[in-house]
Parts: sequence; structure tokens; C-alpha cells
Amino acid sequence: MVDPNQEPKAGQAFGLHLSTGGGNAAAALSGAAVATIESKTSAVRTFGDRLFAGASSTFAVLTLLLLGGIMVSLTIASWPSIKAFGIGFLFSTDWNPPMEKFGALIPVYGTLVTSAIALLIAVPVSFGIALFLTELSPAWLRRPLGTAIELLAAIPSIVYGMWGLLVFVPIFAEYIQPFLQATLGKVPVIGALFAGPPLGIGLLCAGIILAIMIIPYIASVMRDVFEVTPPMLKESAYGVGCTTWEVMWGVVLPYTKTGVIGGVMLGLGRALGETMAVTFVIGNTNFLNSPSLFDPGNSITSALANEFAEADPGLHTSSLMELGLILFVITMIVLVVSKLLLRQLAKGEGAKS
Amino acid sequence: MTLHSKRKFVNGLALSLAMAAMAFGLFWLLWILVTVFQLGVSGLSLSLFTEMTPPPGATDGGLLNAIVGSLIMVSLATLIGTPVGLLTGIYLAEYGRYNALGNATRFINDLLLSAPSIVIGLFVYAVVVATTGKFSAWSGVIALALIVLPVVVRTTENMLQLIPNTLREAAFALGAPKSVVISKVTLRAARAGVMTGVLLAVARIAGETAPLLFTALSNQFWSLNMNEPMANLPVMIFKFAMSPFSNWQELAWAGVFLITLGVLALNIIARVFLRAEKIN
Repeated sequence: MVDPNQEPKAGQAFGLHLSTGGGNAAAALSGAAVATIESKTSAVRTFGDRLFAGASSTFAVLTLLLLGGIMVSLTIASWPSIKAFGIGFLFSTDWNPPMEKFGALIPVYGTLVTSAIALLIAVPVSFGIALFLTELSPAWLRRPLGTAIELLAAIPSIVYGMWGLLVFVPIFAEYIQPFLQATLGKVPVIGALFAGPPLGIGLLCAGIILAIMIIPYIASVMRDVFEVTPPMLKESAYGVGCTTWEVMWGVVLPYTKTGVIGGVMLGLGRALGETMAVTFVIGNTNFLNSPSLFDPGNSITSALANEFAEADPGLHTSSLMELGLILFVITMIVLVVSKLLLRQLAKGEGAKS
Repeated sequence: MTLHSKRKFVNGLALSLAMAAMAFGLFWLLWILVTVFQLGVSGLSLSLFTEMTPPPGATDGGLLNAIVGSLIMVSLATLIGTPVGLLTGIYLAEYGRYNALGNATRFINDLLLSAPSIVIGLFVYAVVVATTGKFSAWSGVIALALIVLPVVVRTTENMLQLIPNTLREAAFALGAPKSVVISKVTLRAARAGVMTGVLLAVARIAGETAPLLFTALSNQFWSLNMNEPMANLPVMIFKFAMSPFSNWQELAWAGVFLITLGVLALNIIARVFLRAEKIN
């Protein structure tokens, strides 16, 4: 039998209802005392509970509203420019602050081209890295090498930018660009992409540095999805005599393709929004004279980074805001697609294995 | 070529290319780190930590105001972003794991996690700077806090989800109310993971430049006034690296060295911390 004097303590700690089932007065009295203590503490508890649940759900709603808030505030801030230029904003190459004529074509082109170059380089390299980490690397090297690749993502983009401008660009201009001109530049159609003086800075250089920056994101998603491939699938393929490459290309990659594409989209999202590294090396000019990737250009982010703080209030500022809005919309679409693909893979995981 | 030797050849080629890809990745990491350390260490001196950023033409100068400004803004942003992120993460893992609000918030949070940081800067400019009419350290803090938020939410939620349900059930069976179960049981069990998330968030904002460009701006002088523009390392590096003065560039390299060292240290500490806790 529980000692009635112990009850308030137990009640206080855990709010348990212990029946005393007492017949004598003393027990009844202490039972009543327990009841009042209990109702007090449980009131405190429900208050604490409610406060906790309320606070955490409030902040969840706030986080939810943040995205909408960004969208709405950017739209409001760019409204003067949307009204002045309409849809033509997207197709105009003008960027003339004194004349108050603005168009987004050159920065949008720069953003898309540099991101495309980045993907072109980063996707095969990341696939190779993921292949190496999941199939080839000795077990003891896996973790340190994986961490090293992830550290590439940890280096701040301003470091990439400064390193790119002061260390990479001179080497790029002196050795790599002439080499590209002498080889790919001679090929008929794509030769035009490598024409012009080798300045170092330009779209191609920005694309290469972006590629280095997004490799860790794509490689780590690829490695993760390769690792969820059921071992049974791989073992059966090895069992019928497939080579490592055939297992990867014919079994693992088809099984994980939605996840792989999701990872690529994640990398693309990063590349589109990357600011500092691009600003350092893209050249920051608003001309679009030739298809050459050696030409300096401008991206949405570099235009914002260079001009925004000094922009005149009015159309100049709101045009830059509209550029930001365009960037945000493009990135969000890419990220939503990436999320949905990755989620689809996660759903299929249980069903197929 | 027989089919067999062809297959062998393709396999060998592909695997060598995979190795080359790995080497390619490591090559950039090493190249960047070696340059940053070489040029950064040569720029290190005591005056870096005792003197203010120099005006154009001056031959000396340090980074004291930028270092202090960065420390202040990063700490305040972490102090603001962490509790909000923590509570949101708790909501996602403990209250709204399966409901509509939880799913929507989780989805949006993942988008915010990868949203371009310069857009966060624009947002804070439009909401704070444009309404108050001036650039200020507070607006920079808000922008950085908005970047801390999704990182903390994500790790908190993930770490809480790893806590086995039996732990929660045991606590509930003892009669503990939900708030006690979360604060005294699940959150405590997930402590190391949550701390890791905060460390990674700090590492992320320590080098963020874009959101500060039009919020905290920069300041050549010593200022602790949170309502005025404040000096900070990333924007200072941006300005100095683009400048033609060689002593400015040297200071920029020293700044890059400090930031890289700090960020890498935070990353490695976070990893070691998490692994140590996992083994226990």
C-alpha cells in the first residue's frame, strides 16, 4: 500500500492519480490535500504545455510565412519597374541608369550560362566522386575523403572569389584559355564559344569556379542515394558477372535516377544564387556582343552585388529588386523540382527493395 | 576486340575516370587551402588585431574593427536565430510530424535552406533598411539570423527524429507532460546533434558576404553602434581584394585566412563532436 504522505511528491513529479481508497478520516484529509495540489500543478503543467506548444507552432508558422514574405516584399519593391517595363524587361539588353532604361536579358543570360557551364563540369565529376566513394575507395579512406569533399562546400564563397580573381584567373588566362582556343576553338560550330582575347575573367571562368563550388553538393546527394540502393540488387548484378561499371551504370543509376536528378537540381539551385565568387570573376560588364564564353559578362547576383548599394532610389533600385525577384522565382522552381524528385525516391525506397 | 576485353576496358576506363574525378575534387581543395594559408600567414601580424582598417594610401592598418564587427553580428544573429529555429524544429519533430502545417513548414524550410543569400539581403533591405531609412548593423544581424534559422530547424528536426519513440513512451508512461518530455528527455538526448547544427549555422554565416552588402554595409571606422553601418570581415575583404592597393590586398588575404581557418575549425569541431556523441 502506498504511504499517503508520499503521494503529493509522487503527484508533483509525474501527476499520477493514485487511489488511496482510504476509509479513515486522516486518509481522506490527505487525499483532499493531494487533490488540490494536483489540480494546481496540473494547471501549471497544462499552461506550460500550452505555452510550449503555442510557441513552437507560432515559430513554425513564422518560418512558413517567411517565404511568402520574401516573395511579397520583393514584388512590392520591384513594382515600379514591373509597371514601367512590363514583360519586355526580360528581353531587353538595355541597362542604362542615367537614362532610366533597364532590361534583364544580359544578367539573366549570364546567370543561366554560368550555371549551365558549372553543371556540365560538375555533374560528371560528382558522379565519379560518388562512384569512387561508394564502390572503389577502401573503407578506411571513405570517411576522410568524403569529409574533404564536403569541406569544399564549407569554404565561404568570398574565399573562392578572391582566390579565383588573384590566383586562378592569371593561370587560366595564360595557359588554359590559349589551350582551349588552339583545340576546341578550331572546331567549326562550337569554336565561336572560345573566340576573343583570353582575358581570364569572363563567363567561362565564373562557370568553372561555380562548378568547383557545387561539386560537393551534387556528390554528397549522389553518394547518399547510391548508398540506399539495396545491396541485393547490386549483388545479383555482380552475381551474373557484371563489372563494377556495369553495376553502377545499369543497376544503381537507373534505380536512383530521381535522386540523382534531385541532387543535380540542388546543385543548380546553388549555382544560380551564388554571388561573391561570380562577382569577382565574371567581369561585370553589360555587353552581349558575341556568343564567346571568354567574354566578360554579368549575372543577376553580380549586378546586385555591384550596383545595389549605390543605386538611385526609384527605377534603378526597383529594377534591381525585380532582378532579385526573377532570381528567387527561378531558384525556387528549381529547388521545388529537386525536393519533389528526392521525395519520390524516398517513397519508392520501401516499396522496391 | 572481343566482348570480354571490351567490357574490361570500359570498366577500367570508367573506374580510372572516377579516381581522376576524386583527385580533381581534392586538387581544388588543396590548391585553395595552400594559397590561402601561404598568402594569409604572410599577412599576419599583431597590428592586424590592434589597428583599424586603413584609409586609401596609408601603408599600415589592421582589421580590428572588421573582426569585432563580424564577431558581434555573427553572435547576435546566432542568438536570435537559434531559439526560433530550435522551437520550429521541435514543432516539426514533436507536434507536426504528420500534419499539414508540419509538412508545409518542412517543405518551405528546405527551400529557405538553399535560397540565395543575396535575396535574403534584398528582403531585409526592403523590409528593414528601406523603412528605417538607413543601413544598420541590426539589419545585417536580421539577415544573418534568417540564414541561421533554416539550418537550425533542419538539424534540430533531424536529430529529434532519430530519438527512438520508446524513450518518449517511457517518459509519457511516467506521467510527464509533453513539454517536460521534450525539454528534459528528447531534446537532451539530441543535444549533441542540435549543437552541431548551431555550429554549422555559425560556420555558414561567418563567411556570408552577400546579405551584408546592402544591410550592414561596411564602416571604415570603429563603431559599436548597432544603428549605424558596421565594419565586418567579408565585406571588407570584398572591398580590399578588388582594390589596386597592395597593402589592402594583403589585409584581404589575412582576412580570408582568418575566416577560412574559423569556418574549417567550426566544421571539423562539429563533425568530431557529433561522432563522439554517436559512439557513446
